[in-house]
Formats: sequence, C-alpha cells, structure tokens
Amino acid sequence: METIIEIKNVSKEFNGEKVLKGINLSIHDNEFMTLLGPSGCGKTTTLRIIGGFVTPDDGDVFFYGKKINDVPPYKRPVNTVFQKYALFPHLNVYDNIAFGLRISKVPENEIRQRVAEMLELVNLMGYEKRSVDNLSGGQQQRIAIARALVNSPKVLLLDEPLGALDLQLRKEMQIELKKIQQRLKITFIYVTHDQEEALTMSDTVVVMNEGIIQQIGTPQDIYNEPTNAFVANFIGESNILPGIMHRDYLVEFAGNNFDCVDAGFAPMEPVDVVIRPEDIKLVEASDEVLNGVVETVTFKGVHYEIVVNAYSDYWVIQSTKSANVGDIVGLSFTPEDIHIMHKSKPARQSRYSRTVSEDMADDK
Amino acid sequence: MTSKSKFLAAPYLLWMIIFIVIPLALIVVFAFTTTVYTDLEGNLLSNEEFDELRIEYDNFYDMADNELPYKKQTVFTLTHIMEVSNYVPVLLNSVWLAIIATAICLLIGYPLAYLISRMRYGFQKLMLMMVMLPMWMNFLLRTYAWMTLLERNGWINKLLGLVGIGPFDMINTQGAVVLGMVYNYLPYMILPLYSIMTKIDNRTIEAAQDLGANSLRVFSKVVLPLSMPGVASGITMVFVPSVSTFIISRMLGGGTNMLIGDLIDLQFLGNAYNPNLGSAISLVLLVFILLCMSITNQLNNEDNMDGGMLL
Amino acid sequence: MKKLSSKLYMALVFGFLYIPIFVLIINSFNASKSRTVWTGFTFDWYKKLFNNEVILNSLVNTLIIAVIASVIATILGTAAAIGIFNMKRMTKSLIINITYLPIINPEIVTGVSLMLLFVFLNIDLGVVTLVLAHITFCVPYVILNVLPKLHQMNRHLYEAAMDLGCNPMQAFFKVIIPEIMPGIITGFLMSITYSIDDFVISYFTHGATSQTLPITIFSMTRRKVSPEVNALSAIIFVVILVVLLIMNIREIRAGKERGDV
Repeated sequence: METIIEIKNVSKEFNGEKVLKGINLSIHDNEFMTLLGPSGCGKTTTLRIIGGFVTPDDGDVFFYGKKINDVPPYKRPVNTVFQKYALFPHLNVYDNIAFGLRISKVPENEIRQRVAEMLELVNLMGYEKRSVDNLSGGQQQRIAIARALVNSPKVLLLDEPLGALDLQLRKEMQIELKKIQQRLKITFIYVTHDQEEALTMSDTVVVMNEGIIQQIGTPQDIYNEPTNAFVANFIGESNILPGIMHRDYLVEFAGNNFDCVDAGFAPMEPVDVVIRPEDIKLVEASDEVLNGVVETVTFKGVHYEIVVNAYSDYWVIQSTKSANVGDIVGLSFTPEDIHIMHKSKPARQSRYSRTVSEDMADDK
Repeated sequence: MTSKSKFLAAPYLLWMIIFIVIPLALIVVFAFTTTVYTDLEGNLLSNEEFDELRIEYDNFYDMADNELPYKKQTVFTLTHIMEVSNYVPVLLNSVWLAIIATAICLLIGYPLAYLISRMRYGFQKLMLMMVMLPMWMNFLLRTYAWMTLLERNGWINKLLGLVGIGPFDMINTQGAVVLGMVYNYLPYMILPLYSIMTKIDNRTIEAAQDLGANSLRVFSKVVLPLSMPGVASGITMVFVPSVSTFIISRMLGGGTNMLIGDLIDLQFLGNAYNPNLGSAISLVLLVFILLCMSITNQLNNEDNMDGGMLL
Repeated sequence: MKKLSSKLYMALVFGFLYIPIFVLIINSFNASKSRTVWTGFTFDWYKKLFNNEVILNSLVNTLIIAVIASVIATILGTAAAIGIFNMKRMTKSLIINITYLPIINPEIVTGVSLMLLFVFLNIDLGVVTLVLAHITFCVPYVILNVLPKLHQMNRHLYEAAMDLGCNPMQAFFKVIIPEIMPGIITGFLMSITYSIDDFVISYFTHGATSQTLPITIFSMTRRKVSPEVNALSAIIFVVILVVLLIMNIREIRAGKERGDV
C-alpha cells in the first residue's frame, strides 16, 4: 500500500504544556485509521496538524513525500468532518454541500450532479432545500460527511464525528461510515475516545496517551497483545497487578509464583501483569488457585461482573455463573492468559476503574 | 478564527481610549484642578489684580507684538470637590426623588410584567409592543405631553373643575417631577422584569402549589426570588436616568426644583459657567452611581455577563 | 374576578402610558393655539410643521448624523467584537468593562465628558462632534450585540470554511459575517434608534448651526405654546407604530415557524 501521509517526530506545545511528544506515523492509501485515546492524549491535535489547523513546533508532515508543514488548510487535499459537524447555519443543505465546490469554481451543473450523488451516498435524497437547523443530529452528521466528501479528498479526517449521537444511531453510523469508506476507497483518519468504535471500524488503531503513541496495530493486535498496561486497560477492561519477573516464564504476583509464556525481561524486573476479566474462571476455593472474597456482583445481561478481593487487590471477573457476596472463591487462569508488560507510568493510576473517558472536551 | 484577528479590535481600542477613557480622565482632571493667573515672576494674582492687568494690556498694547503680562496656570486643588458639599441638599433631593420614582415604577411595573409574562405568546408580543411604543417616542415629547395635562388650566384641572374641585397647582412641584420620571422610565422597569419572568416555568409555580403553598407563599418563595435579577436591573435602569435627569425637572419642576443634572448643566452650558465645579459634581455623581451598581450587582452576582462583569 | 381585576389593572397602566400621547395628538388638530380649549378641527399645524425650515433642517441633520454614525459604529463595532472575541480572558474583560461605561454612565456625564474633550482638543462643536459623540455611544451596542453571536457560533465554522477551500478572507466574508449578521443588524438598528432619539449627549456636543430634531423640539417646548410639536408628536407616533407593527408581525411569524409559540 502506498503511503499518503507521513508524520515524523512531530511535537506540539500549548501554553507550555506538551500535548505531542515526538509522534511518528505513516498513513496508507485506502486505510481506515483510528486515533484512539483518552481526552487530552493528543489525538485531536494530531488530526488538526494533518488538517493544517495546527502547525507543529517540531518535526515534519509529508503528503506523498512532499513536506507540507506550512501549507494552509485550504490548499491541502484533505477534508474534515468536524466535531458537532460545523455545518453553516445560514445555508441550506444543498448550499452547505456545494460550498467547497463553489469556492473552487466548479460549474453549477456539475455541482448539481455531484451534490445529488453525495445526498444519495448518505441517504438524504430530497433534503436539498431543508435548513440544516431543522435536521436531526444523525442527518446533520450525514450532511457533514457529504459536504467533506463531495470535494473528492484524498483523505477524510473525522474528529469524534459520532460523539453527539445516541448509542443506537452511533452503531448504525459506524457501519455506514465503514461502508462509505470501502465504497469510495479513500483514506479515513478517525479520532475517537471510544475503544469499541475504534475496534469495530478500523484497519489500524493508534492508541495514544499523554502525547505519545502507545501502540499501533490492527484491532486484533491491540486487543490481544497490548504492549503496555495503559493499552490493556484502555482497550476493554483489565486487571492490572504489580508483579516481579523472576526469570523467563515465571512471574510473581498476588503473593504467588505463576508460570507464564513471556520472556525477555531482566531478572527480578518489576512488571505489570494484565489479565482480562473474561479470561478468569471462577472455581471452588482451593490451594491450587488464588482465593478471594466476593465483594460485589452485578448482572450485565450476557454475564455477571464480579469483583473479588484477593490478596488485597480488586479483581474484575466476567462470568456466566453468579456468586454471592461474601463467598470465598477461587480464581483460575492459564499461563496464556497472563500478559506481562514493562512498567508504564500511567497504568498505575487506574486499576479496577474503567478508563473510558466520558469527557467530550477535545484536547485543544 | 486565528489569534491574528484580535488586531481587528485595534481601531476600536484607539477610539475607546480617545472617546471613553480620556474624556472621563478629563472629568477627573478638571474636578481636581483650577485655573490661576500669575504675573511674569510667578506670583499669584488676585482676581482684581488680574483684571487690572488684563484691561491695561487690552487698552495699551498692540496684541500682536507684546508678550502677555500674566501667565495662565492649571494647579491641583480640592476646592471644587469641597464646593460640592454646598450642594448636598440638591444631591439629597435628587436621590430622594429618584428613589421614590424607582419605587413607584417597581410597584406599578412588577404586577404588569408578571401579568404579561403569563399571557399567550401572541398577546405577550402585543403587550410588549404597547409597553415599548411610548418608550420610542422622544422623552422630550412625552414630558411635554404632561406639561399640557398638568398646567393650572390644563386638562386635569379642567376635568376636576367639572366635578367642582381644584384647580390645583400640579406643575412645577416635586410631585410633577416624580410623575415625569415614572412616566418616562416605567418601560425600563417593565422590560427587564418581563424578560426574567417569561423564563419562570409555569410548572415551578404549579410545583409550589402542589407542595401546599398558597398564592402569597408561591409569590414570596418562588416568583420573587426567581425574578430578583430582573428587579435589580429594572431598578438600575430607572434609578440611573432618574437621578441624573435635568430636563424633566426643568420642564415639569419649573426650574425651582433643581436636581444634580440641572446643577451640572448650569456649570457647563448655563449662567454659572464653571467646568471645574461641573466636573467635580459629575465625578461625585459617577462615583455614587458606580457604587450603587456594584451593590445591585452583588445582589445577583450569579448573573455573569459576557466575558467581563460590570465592575 | 381575578381575571377582571388584572384586566382593569392593565387598562389603568396602559391608560397612564397612552393618555398623555393621545391628548397631544388630539391637540394637534385643535384650531386654537390654547392647549385646553377646543375651537375646531384643523390641519394647519401640520402645514406649518412642513413649512418650518428649522424643524425640517434639524430632521435632515438628525437622519444624516444617524446614518453616518450608525454605519461607522457598526463597522468599528463588528471588527472590535471579532477582535475582542479572540483576545485572552483578562484583556477581554478589561475592554468589555470599559465598553460598558458609556452604557452605564449617566448620559449627562458622557455628554459633559465629550464636551470637555472637544473643547480640550479645540474642535468646534458642530456636525463633526455630534457624529463623533454618536459613534461613541453607539459602538457599545454593536459590540454587545455581535459578541454573543460569536459565542453562539460553532467555533469550528471558520476552520470548516478553510477546510473546504476558503482562504482566510473568503472564510471571513462567506461564513463568519453571515453567521453574525443578525447581531450586526440588531446593533445597527439600535444605533440608528439611539442616535435619532438622543437628546442629552447631543445637547452638550452640538453647535449653534447643527441642531438635531430632539434639540429643536427642546427649544420649541421652552416656548410654552407650540402646537407644531403636537403635530410632530402625532407623526412620530404613527411612524413608530408602523415600524413596531412590522417588526412584531415578522417576529411572531418567525416565532411560529420555529415552533416556539
């Protein structure tokens, strides 16, 4: 696949606060790439640097190998779907979509044809004369996508485009966006803080935190092989425990030594141990397994979420079996379920609690 | 928009400094200075000495050739500020009449604003228009209208004469001045009250009734507290022009009921020409009003303005 | 009972507001110069009014000053609002507070302060000083009407325009200006209204040959009997009534369309 955009060592500071600390990223033709991370991680800033709204302090941005650091937004072959859409309220649906074409002086009859195509693509035929204020959130969203795509950009940037929609609509739009991307065969760069959204739609997920890229990979890679505790915790829910790697394939945590499948750490290196809640089985308490006391039981529909206090740590377990609060239970997992990671700073702050940010504020 | 667009404010900033900041600074400067004349050695001249020198100069010297025999100097003084104390009765009278007028406006305007705010949308607009229409007439015409009505042989005395009372001296009294203030500024009370009251949801009133409050308690516990910001801005909008008016008192008070405004007018455009004293009085008025406004602002300080607050 | 008393109350207040104006209007058709003796119906005062050069001149003055001052105030104020909007918090609130000054200041203080300035700068009082003074008290109304529109505006609109190919100038005129247009228009209309209506500040900043309508009215009301003022009031009343009716009908229609009836 051809590389369209290349970001090299890009840093950015706002009011003395470093929001990007040396980002490197290659974006390919026809790729659906998602920048994923909590609010303030630098994902929106990265997107805005690609869009040309923010100039990097350090490092370079290349389009097809040409440096474009100082090219203003209106000269870049990219278009953006903004957070909360940013439709022009003083224009109707047709004029909103036609806006970019008119600026580039496309003949009116061609505009008419291309707008019609776009309305068909986003399933809003017959809405030309409507005022954008009278549309629902979902419809405004579609118009925003049409307004960007009508200019046939090489790359479409989407800044949390589904954030303002309700869950049902969001799921529908996720599928629809993916379809549009596959049909038009252009590159989408998608910013979100919603890990599920990222896993559903993307070819490549870029997990970011505190201005640093934590991991780049397919959704499967990111989920199954998180490179550090932050990624593990941010993608889905995880139990992250402090441990010590005694030697290859043997780790100590929760007061016991366990066999594992990881190697290559220094002897006695302090590490983070990650075990996914769905990988832990609830068994009878015995000397063979780690034992703990059930603290809470919550019914979640498909499974129960059970919190167990074992060796002074809270463990979250997803189980199809229920348990009673106060029961003493055993926790069973295989060596394959244990993921060992190098210590990462942000991971320590969030154990047990979910890190999916509800904060919609974009990161500057 | 980029931060570069902040330079669009530059022309206005210049304007603001020249036409808002400097004029107010001039008031302060004039209030604290006075003009004195000295001879060429710098000795202070008394008024008589100065007149003598000036007449002599005017009579005996050819203006173009000779240096003036005196010098003009502006010096710092507290005299004018002190002089304001001579006019304390006028100040108190102005404040007193403005308070009465404001209170009457509140008493008349509050129920009216409430009644309008509970009407159907179309009626609300109609009533608002009727409140605003007189406000759009120039206040000189509105005040002039009352001159016709209040005169000794005006319409009111005529009507009263028909039932055998009067005539009364109504014009050129303090009452007439207060009436003029109430008439002119009543809409300024009604409008802010109304705009706050339309925001009071009928359901909050129903909820209070549901919780067992009678009409009086609904009013004192729900409507009144919720409408306080409107009360505060209504009071400011009536009190400030009332306390500083000089036309109403001249037209309806007949020049015998002097207010602060008349006093200032006299110092600038009247017989008593003395801009220094006029500035001193203006400064006192300004400070007084700013103090009053910061107090009303304290009353509803949760109401924050656009970016900045008044004071 | 409750309804009746509230209707009666409203009737009383509106009676208080309107009876004086109606008396003026009735008097404008009174043949007698006296304000209280009715001697017959006449249009004489209207004829006299339209032949009164002083009044007509001052009306022209008023309109010219109002239009010039409002146009300049609108441009100056709109640019200022956009600039202020993009400033840092501290500078922003300082400037807004100073901008409020002419609004909260008693008019007489603004009037004498401007008079002091013109005297200090040795500018002869006349049409120029009137225009300068009117711009000064109009600009705040423009700024305070445009600023909220900028705050309401989606802050990505400007970027969206650039994203779709506008250069900064195009983005400004094709997107920002149309977006804040309602605020600009309101500010302009308020400026026109306040400028036409202003007496106090004009009183301190006008020269002998540059009378505006309110100043002429003032000098007419000082001569105790001047029936032309009645005729003038009647005309002004009708003009205002028509303007307000048009505005309200439009507003009610717009309100119905939005569905917030």
